Amino acid sequence: MVNITINGQAISVEKGTTIMDAAKKTGIHIPHLCFLKDINEIGACRVCVVEIEGQEKLATSCNTPCEEGMSVLTNSAKVRKARKINTKLLLSDHNVNCAECVRSENCTLREVANDMGLFVNKFKNTAEINRWETDIPIVRDASKCIKCMRCVQTCEKIQDLGIWDVIGSGYRTTIGTSRGMTLRGTDCALCGQCITHCPVGALSERDDRHHFARALADPDVVTMVQVAPAVRTAWADEMGFKADDDTMGKLVGALKMIGVDYVFDTTYSADLTIMEEGSEFLQRLSNRGRYTWPMFTSCCPGWVRFAKTQYPDMIKDLSTAKSPQQMFGAMSKTFIAKNLGIDPAKICSISIMPCTAKKWERSVDQVNDAGFGSDVDIVLTTRELARFIKADNIVAEDLENTPFDGIFGEGSGAGVIFGATGGVMEAALRSAYFLVTGENPAPDTFRDVRGMDGWKEAKFDLAGTELKVAVASGLGNTRKLVEAVRKGDVEYDFVEIMACPGGCVGGGGQPFEEAMEKAAGRADALYGLDSINNLRFSHENSAVQLTYSEYLDKPLSHRAHELLHTELEDWDLTIKLEK
Amino acid sequence: MNRLHLASEDAARKTLDVLYKDLERRIIASPPGQCPTELMGSFLRIAHSQSCGKCVPCRLGLKQLSIIIDDILDMSTESSMEQLSMLESTAKVIKETADCAIGFEAADMVLRGIKGCREDIISHIENHTCAESVNPLAQPVPCVAKCPAGVDVPGYVALIRDGRYEDAVRLIRRDNPFPTVCALICEHPCETRCRRNLIDTPINIRGLKRFAVDNCGDVPVPENAEATGKKIAVIGGGPSGLTAAYFLSLMGHKVTVFEKRGTLGGMLRYGIPNYRLPRERLQWDIDAILSTGVEVQLDSDVSSVEDLKKLHEDYDAAYISIGSHNAKSLGIEGEFAKGVVPAVEMLRGIGDEYMPDFEGKTVAVVGGGNVAMDVARTAKRLGAVDVNIVYRRRKQDMTALPEEIDASVAEGCNLITLKAPARIQTSKEGFVEALWVKPQIAGEADSSGRPRPVDANEPEEMIPCDIIISAIGQATDSAFFEEYGIPVYRGNIKTDNAAKVDALSGIYSGGDCVTGPATVIKAIAAGKVAAANIDEYLGFHHEISVDVDIPHPSPDDYRPCGRVELKERYAKVRGNDFDEVEQGMTLEEAMQEASRCLRCDYHGYGSFRGGRTERW
Repeated sequence: MVNITINGQAISVEKGTTIMDAAKKTGIHIPHLCFLKDINEIGACRVCVVEIEGQEKLATSCNTPCEEGMSVLTNSAKVRKARKINTKLLLSDHNVNCAECVRSENCTLREVANDMGLFVNKFKNTAEINRWETDIPIVRDASKCIKCMRCVQTCEKIQDLGIWDVIGSGYRTTIGTSRGMTLRGTDCALCGQCITHCPVGALSERDDRHHFARALADPDVVTMVQVAPAVRTAWADEMGFKADDDTMGKLVGALKMIGVDYVFDTTYSADLTIMEEGSEFLQRLSNRGRYTWPMFTSCCPGWVRFAKTQYPDMIKDLSTAKSPQQMFGAMSKTFIAKNLGIDPAKICSISIMPCTAKKWERSVDQVNDAGFGSDVDIVLTTRELARFIKADNIVAEDLENTPFDGIFGEGSGAGVIFGATGGVMEAALRSAYFLVTGENPAPDTFRDVRGMDGWKEAKFDLAGTELKVAVASGLGNTRKLVEAVRKGDVEYDFVEIMACPGGCVGGGGQPFEEAMEKAAGRADALYGLDSINNLRFSHENSAVQLTYSEYLDKPLSHRAHELLHTELEDWDLTIKLEK
Repeated sequence: MNRLHLASEDAARKTLDVLYKDLERRIIASPPGQCPTELMGSFLRIAHSQSCGKCVPCRLGLKQLSIIIDDILDMSTESSMEQLSMLESTAKVIKETADCAIGFEAADMVLRGIKGCREDIISHIENHTCAESVNPLAQPVPCVAKCPAGVDVPGYVALIRDGRYEDAVRLIRRDNPFPTVCALICEHPCETRCRRNLIDTPINIRGLKRFAVDNCGDVPVPENAEATGKKIAVIGGGPSGLTAAYFLSLMGHKVTVFEKRGTLGGMLRYGIPNYRLPRERLQWDIDAILSTGVEVQLDSDVSSVEDLKKLHEDYDAAYISIGSHNAKSLGIEGEFAKGVVPAVEMLRGIGDEYMPDFEGKTVAVVGGGNVAMDVARTAKRLGAVDVNIVYRRRKQDMTALPEEIDASVAEGCNLITLKAPARIQTSKEGFVEALWVKPQIAGEADSSGRPRPVDANEPEEMIPCDIIISAIGQATDSAFFEEYGIPVYRGNIKTDNAAKVDALSGIYSGGDCVTGPATVIKAIAAGKVAAANIDEYLGFHHEISVDVDIPHPSPDDYRPCGRVELKERYAKVRGNDFDEVEQGMTLEEAMQEASRCLRCDYHGYGSFRGGRTERW
């Protein structure tokens, strides 16, 4: 233990504790902008400075460990002045049109500056003008970047891709891509983790709400919304009310108030994905020699992009089953339209996703199989949806629960847990067990793959066959796992990959808060929803059963192949410019 | 794929390295009289260019400091004092919060700039021009401005190039009656800012002066002005006193020099060994000075209040130039042992032709200044087998000129650095046996930037020796002057910048006794200033000038060209005698060196004004 005083208050902390963490224990939250625990501890913003008595220079509390006998002042005149000036300097290099900023309500810089009461800044504003393209799923506004380097470090350390890099020096130091001027020229997975770790409005998703508004306004268009599993435990965060387990009903209600014609659940198509992917797995398993192993899931477009740029030779090992978003899209303009008696040409298929990469996935030419333009027309992130609801002045918290518009709103608990790391694996194993044995396992048989670990392994007995499975989330963990597979250090039969740490609950399109990693709590909520769901198995979803009995015949059927499977090898990675 | 690569530099990087060198030379050549605020802004911009951009204070703070300085200097907008306080408070925060030296040193540079140039910054804010003290209109010729005596360097260099060595000496004497002495031993501050630095290296000005005095033959002094009937006493016949005497004589006053010792010259004779300044060369200058009719009273010590009072009464004015000849004490155990000699006393003895016998002796010299080098090299010449120069700081901290240190080493002296004298071990009979020293480490820098020596955690070491020469500085014998009412500050006589002793009318003072041990050219400058002001005090306005016309510069391309350095006799040979070490330039060398002069008296601002001061 190390004994120090902070503003005269004696405190004993463990050796290695930073001044910032020690101060927190005394009830002082030292402001900071660049610091991101374990990821970005570079002391760049110099806003978290404190005075160590006896030293002329101030110290950055984020990366200075406490030393025995230290006397720290967090609010001396010197500290107050330095913090103010450094924050004003940041504001001098920042587009301070806060009212027009996507992060207006969730901006760490605005909060820090406001807390200090910096209402006058005499430094000349020298913010860079924005020269970046705004028509791709991840948008960077250079005029707002405060060069905290979090995006660079997040991409490098969490995702192991290193798309963002520091460019320039001196005053012109800014952030660019490591391989050229636009993001489109890079191997970016479009996961959006840089957005959720950006303290200001420099990084955001492309705003596609106007497409949604236009569709709603057009009387000839039938709007059909699918809501992804991970959205239900996260959207309330952005609305500003505490999410309990069941906010899906309120969300449906809000969507209906907005004027959406049909609100359905992506969980339905997640169950469909399980049927197809599970069957594909069993089919590969029974022809073991014809395939290379393990088989990987393919429902995460961030992972698909990662696999195609980093390990193109392994694309054949990814399941050919489309993602739930795309399966829903394909069904919306075929079977669902038919079932509801709507002209598929009139349908605008909209998905609400926790994800920025989904905006790209819907734009891939090779996924459109229903025959009526794009299978999914518009992808909105959870955040965009929340903004839309707010713009319509809906007090979502007070809404009554509203049911989905019929059978395609039905989803199993297995489909719901798609939103958390390990969920796809668990859901697939539940149904695979049934498909092999003809009877259901106990629903929680495969719970070993749950949890927030970045790389999980488990072994299960599938009717006498030992299955070795693994689950990774976060592309850094993914690279480690894939490299181990390639070297032969590990052997698996089936591997689930999610690009974002914790899975879709921690997705790049989700609401987020400074210094809060919310994936774990949201995942717990999804598992809660699963546990209380009457349906625990994808194959028991009556909508799924109806889909097969009336339309697709059976998993992996000819029609199922046409509509629900895709050749990832053919996918074009081009990030299209979409207004 | 190769895993590692040898670092190679691209063309831009290589070019930048060259440009950095150019900039270094440009900084060295920085002429006096420029706008401090604007230069501060320029330095800041360089510093900002070096920022990696990671941290806010450096990336954005230095930018804002630049903007504020530019705004203050911007003639198209109004400025306010708020800009100065913003500049200062922002720089302070940058200094306190920048992560690395690139940032905090840049901010500190600005803070020191604000502290030192506040008057100029305020002047820009209020009057949109530099402070009067900066005087941006004075864009003097660098070498002339840097010479304390203001000698017309481009003039005599041009005369040398023209082969007019006698005229060159006459021109030098207009400002400095010691052309030979300065040709041989001046520290040549004139060379420090030489504009030639912009192209390659400074002109070897001292070397060229030496070429002139080596080749000028006999050069008579000018005629004295009509006798004024005024009597002036000069106390001390060193360079400062003799300079004052020379000019006052030329002005027509009757000058009497009172010299304590048997021979004139002061430290030039009693401090500088013959091998650097041969006596006959010194005498040549002194003889010229005396040829103006200066009266000299040798062995005439002004050593009491009464003596001084009498002089003050008997003479119309007096110039005190007694130098700084008292040895400082070592202040360690054993310092009065037999064999401990203060350097000034030893050199004084030699000046009077008393040569101590160091045959076979081991000598330790304590100190790191030019005097230490002089006594070390002298001891070697006097037969010492082993001479150790013991210094408590590092070699680069020595105040001696680097060439003096190199020459000492070349002649076989050893440098023992980072050892502070602790005590002197003596024999029963009281003779020196050894110098014990305490090892030092170079610690935190003092206000001048020189690291302070600090006792290291090491045991004392013994340096066996028979003779210890202490060369740790000199003090001025100022006690009875103070008694007489002449103000004394830190042991030295206090004057204003006109060499006048404020408290007493008609009393002037200058040279080492005012500045403490300093250079000969500063002493000469003080003598010149005192002569002019005594003349004014006595109610005259004699002007000193010389009728030498300066050759017009020839159009030259000034391509980079080597600087001619003076050669020295081989160390092994010269180290055994007291003959002169240095050798003058050949005609070929002198012509090349003289042709390197950029003639700043004629080109640039010099052709407009400030190129030449014809008279003073």
